[in-house]
Amino acid sequence: MISIRYGFIAFVMIALAAVPTVAVAIDEPFYVSMFTRMLVMAIAACSLNLVLGYGGMVSFGHAAYLGLGAYVVGIGFYHASNDGMEWALNGWMHLALAIIIPGLVALLVGAISLRTRGVYFIMITLAFSQMLYYFFIGLERYGGDDGLSLWFLSDFGGVMDMNDDVHLYYLSYGLLLLILFMLYRLVNSRFGMVIKGAKSNERRLMAVGFPTYRYRLVAFGISGAICGVAGFLMANQSEFVSTAEMHWVHSGDLIVMVVLGGMGTLFGPVLGAVGFLMLEQYLPEMIRGGCEVIGGNDCGVAGEYWKIVFGPLLIMIVLFARGGIDGLLQGKVGRNG
Amino acid sequence: MLKRTITLAAGAAMLATTAMAADPVKIGFVTTLSKGPAVLGRDMRDAAELAMEHIGGKMGGRNVQIIYKDDQINPGVGKKETDELVQKERVDFVTGYIWSHVLLASYKSVVGNGPIMVSANAGPSQIAGELCHEDFFSTSWQNDQTPEAMGEVLNQLGIKSIYVMAPNYAAGKNMVAGVERTYKGEILGKDFTKWPDQLDFSAELAKARAAKPGAVFVFYPGGAGVQFLKQYDQAGLKETIPLYTVFTVDATSLPVVKDLALGSLATQMWSPDLDNAANRKFVDGFKAKYGRFPSFYAAQSYDAIMLIKSGVDAVNGDTANKAGMRAAMKKADFGSVRGKFEFGNNNFPIQNFYLREAVKNDAGEHTLKTVRTVYTAHQDNYHSKCPMN
Amino acid sequence: MNWILLIEQCLNGIQLGLLLFLLAAGLTLVFGIMDLVNLAHGSLYMVGAYFAATFTAWTGSFVLAIVLTLPATLIVGAVVEIVCLRSLYNRDHLDQVLATFGLILFFNELVRLVWGPAGLSVPLPEFLSSSLELLPGLIYPSYRLAIILASLAAAFFLYWLVARTRIGMLIRAGASNREMVGALGINIRFLFTIVFGLGAALAGFAGLMAAPISTVEIGMGENVLILAFVVIVIGGIGSIRGAFVAAILIGLIDTVGRAFLPDVIGTFFDDEFADAAAPALASMSIYLLMVVILAFRPEGLFSAKSG
Repeated sequence: MISIRYGFIAFVMIALAAVPTVAVAIDEPFYVSMFTRMLVMAIAACSLNLVLGYGGMVSFGHAAYLGLGAYVVGIGFYHASNDGMEWALNGWMHLALAIIIPGLVALLVGAISLRTRGVYFIMITLAFSQMLYYFFIGLERYGGDDGLSLWFLSDFGGVMDMNDDVHLYYLSYGLLLLILFMLYRLVNSRFGMVIKGAKSNERRLMAVGFPTYRYRLVAFGISGAICGVAGFLMANQSEFVSTAEMHWVHSGDLIVMVVLGGMGTLFGPVLGAVGFLMLEQYLPEMIRGGCEVIGGNDCGVAGEYWKIVFGPLLIMIVLFARGGIDGLLQGKVGRNG
Repeated sequence: MLKRTITLAAGAAMLATTAMAADPVKIGFVTTLSKGPAVLGRDMRDAAELAMEHIGGKMGGRNVQIIYKDDQINPGVGKKETDELVQKERVDFVTGYIWSHVLLASYKSVVGNGPIMVSANAGPSQIAGELCHEDFFSTSWQNDQTPEAMGEVLNQLGIKSIYVMAPNYAAGKNMVAGVERTYKGEILGKDFTKWPDQLDFSAELAKARAAKPGAVFVFYPGGAGVQFLKQYDQAGLKETIPLYTVFTVDATSLPVVKDLALGSLATQMWSPDLDNAANRKFVDGFKAKYGRFPSFYAAQSYDAIMLIKSGVDAVNGDTANKAGMRAAMKKADFGSVRGKFEFGNNNFPIQNFYLREAVKNDAGEHTLKTVRTVYTAHQDNYHSKCPMN
Repeated sequence: MNWILLIEQCLNGIQLGLLLFLLAAGLTLVFGIMDLVNLAHGSLYMVGAYFAATFTAWTGSFVLAIVLTLPATLIVGAVVEIVCLRSLYNRDHLDQVLATFGLILFFNELVRLVWGPAGLSVPLPEFLSSSLELLPGLIYPSYRLAIILASLAAAFFLYWLVARTRIGMLIRAGASNREMVGALGINIRFLFTIVFGLGAALAGFAGLMAAPISTVEIGMGENVLILAFVVIVIGGIGSIRGAFVAAILIGLIDTVGRAFLPDVIGTFFDDEFADAAAPALASMSIYLLMVVILAFRPEGLFSAKSG
């Protein structure tokens, strides 16, 4: 079964690499931006997976770090276009700040949140993200609830052009590969062992002398930083920054992606993000098609009700396919896969 | 489909366009079809469908296809759907757009990239000003215009002081800024309430009562408006302090709040009882087809489809001739339900604004009645910032 | 300081807090006894409001609607428990969060399918539509007083049920040691269904009480759900007493913050800043409170063991 699993993952990764070429060949440039979204969400899901999947820390507030990364680009653009500070568009600076700021905020949030356990942890991470959400709504200068339309994107000089969808696509793809590699090294290091160990039996690790709190905190910070990278890409992809992306339901979506793909596996979140966005894109059309096949009325409207299928689907995955897509590939079906 | 193509090809007048006649004119329609404000999106879609029926599903001799997309009141989603319409469906026009932030997020994907964009509701100041573009038209208003008209009404009525409430987001602040610009009396207090999920306005209403203003001015669109009107009544304020609103009492909220809104005054650039042929056909047709009064959202959507038709008709269906379509649309010569108006240099309407009162008609239905005209041929404040002529 | 205004705002705060308590009580019961995180609790609140609207329209009486809504939401809750949630008790919290998140999506679309996208409205019963003058100059809507009284009655009923009855004894026993209760031959499955139905009915009751002062619309439950979670986390999960204290606290802080923060900030800074900062601060205040409390008491104010 292992071969099927790795074969499929390799297929997905290679297919993703080929997206721009194929899209240009069949003259459907839309697919480039659609798949860029998938890569961006894959990065965000990978960051959440580090704490959620490997570390067992159910963060219900990761949309906030995504939003922070995006706002780095948005605020840079705002000052570049309104105050003439052209250096504020520098893409390298954006990328660096989109790593540092969400990372530091995550460290701060983690420092307080990691004192709690279980549901308290879920809720306190949610509380922090809600605070950031309302904070940015109140920041009228940067658009508040209306958000900011980005007329200029991060400027990487002559290296690459963010206005070119293909450049952005390969940047996202490259960053995803880099992050996957880093995560691979990280979770298989001593540090990763402690994180995973703390998930199953923290007391034992502490007894052995590991300061698990510190390890978990660092993991939380790294996770926030990676999520910030996704935010940076998301701002450049959608050419728009808003608080809507920081809403708690979005944090829920990220958890769904991780679980859908397979928690605590390297490629699971990538599969989950791709699968989630595919469902979002094609489930309405599938329902419409199915409705037409059975000859229903108002099939055009039926597609709008796709969540009535998606909701129970989610429950089914939780109940019957614990390992997510990656688990299915390994042939693990059933409760504790 | 085949049969239609043959009939079309037989028509001599259509010779010039036979090559493309098989393909419909494609119009993308981005609005909110899920969550609470889906009721607004439904009104817009119903109006567009009615317009399609009235024009026999044809523009410039070609069939028309409208593709509806749901923005979920989320600018990111709206932008993604717009991208799909422009890049994948390759639509000739995009219209709809209830929310300013969704329109702003989607704007860059459309203008200059092929399709012509017609906003059927949102009118953010940036697009009326420095970001204006020849590919963009509005069949609604610029955000500030309606509250400015309200400020004028308050002056005319000689109201000495007001208390202002609006949700704490950009459109809310625009509305307050608009009324502050024209209102000459004293503003005793201002409350920006949490958006979108404030349950309860009792704290603010208590403050308003304590301030003893001559009137209360509010902006609460959609469900929040219903909630506000109820609580205003229950706090016993309806009898003591007159309420003036913008975008709060309309045909989508009236069937819900019914008598609670009776007598409340609002400004708008359209009203269901405006007396012109196009409006009668629209309102009667809408009521006959859907069994309810159309809202201003519906009126603006109906106009958007008619405006698009005037452009496509002018070039006989040759949608590749964008300059021809733009020139024809700029004339605003399509029989708007609000009566004749002109486009300003920024392609926003220069139009009348009316004071409307919520009333119960002879049939016992709740609707809006025009009290009088507040502004004649009013143009927004931002047009001078727009570099177009 | 205007004392009348302050008293009125406190009443408003208590009223909001009691409404939150109704919601939080069901949530914390289910949490404490079944160890189930139920995000769909807000959906039951929404369903309660929709039932209230429908039944009021049918019967023409708000009181009759109450009588019908309570058992209706109880049944909906019990069905949801039997069909879906029962298999989640032994899962970790993450699974429960996800599955009930799926339930939210399902309920929202189902309601849209059944009742349509337009919001509904529940008219106030005639005898409650006036205002009362409680103190000279203090005019208060009688429906809001009714909410306060009805919620207090519900709170006392709950206290009586949990502290004084056999079923309450089982509930308390179940909260502290589920296996032991099962081993003693109690039909734990049935007990859970009853408790969940009870929680659903409380949520439905909150929904129907809120219906006349708010819009009955899709997604109305999600906004209050988060508040209810804040309440039970501050109060200490599983503790009804904690939920009560925390709910009143949150209601007061939220309302009084909204009412007086703009003035307070306005005295120290200029108006423009106050206009921008006060609503943001008021929105954040309850989350700030939660973070502060959890930072010092990671298990909330009251632990479940104390009831």
